[in-house]
Amino acid sequence: MCHQTVGLIAGELERRGIATTSVTMLQEVTRKVKTPRALAVPYALGYPLGKPGDPALQTRVIRAAFALLDAPGPPPVLVDFTST
Amino acid sequence: MASLSDLSLKNRLFMATYRYRALDPVPFTRPAKPLRQARVALVTTGGVHLPSQAPFDNELKGGDASFREIPADVDPATLGIAHKSDAFDQSGFRADRNLGFPLERLREMAASGEIGSLNGRALSFMGSITAPGRLVKETAPVAAALLAADGVDAAFLVPL
Repeated sequence: MCHQTVGLIAGELERRGIATTSVTMLQEVTRKVKTPRALAVPYALGYPLGKPGDPALQTRVIRAAFALLDAPGPPPVLVDFTST
Repeated sequence: MASLSDLSLKNRLFMATYRYRALDPVPFTRPAKPLRQARVALVTTGGVHLPSQAPFDNELKGGDASFREIPADVDPATLGIAHKSDAFDQSGFRADRNLGFPLERLREMAASGEIGSLNGRALSFMGSITAPGRLVKETAPVAAALLAADGVDAAFLVPL
């Protein structure tokens, strides 16, 4: 349910003029909710940024999610994360 | 990649028949400025809270749609986690809050100039909301107004 919650909050932020980006472990749900921008990560539920205690990986995921802010659209923008 | 088939039978059955609420049309704001100049806010659904704040209410039917304001300079390890979802393994998040609430990563990116600044307050929701009426009508719009008043340009949302 957390993925629906993220999508709905993102929608409110976008309506207020704040650009949003996010990650998703459940593409099926993110597609249904139409979250404006989401990076699909290959990790288990509970591990959105990859691994605990791995700052380098966490930063790579965040950078990839931020890169979606410049996606031309149209929304929803859903892109796979490639860790290489 | 996780998929719905990874969930327990109870959660799978629930989600198979659940009607997700969709954004229609999808609101879409283009960034007002480049990331290096942008004020960025962090939003998690990890249910984290300051020790001094009331934890989320896991007994509320349909889910607790409230949110907590977390100062962005807090030590993430000191935060409580009220999340009671049995749908996922919480051990990683409990070991390193940055996994779902990456304040330290974003502070590093602000210090290096990769992002313009990190907003002074981050927001924490509880993800397990099955009846999102109050979220959509009340708490998410209030959260959005707060961040807009802060001058936030972009937000990063992390599901847990």
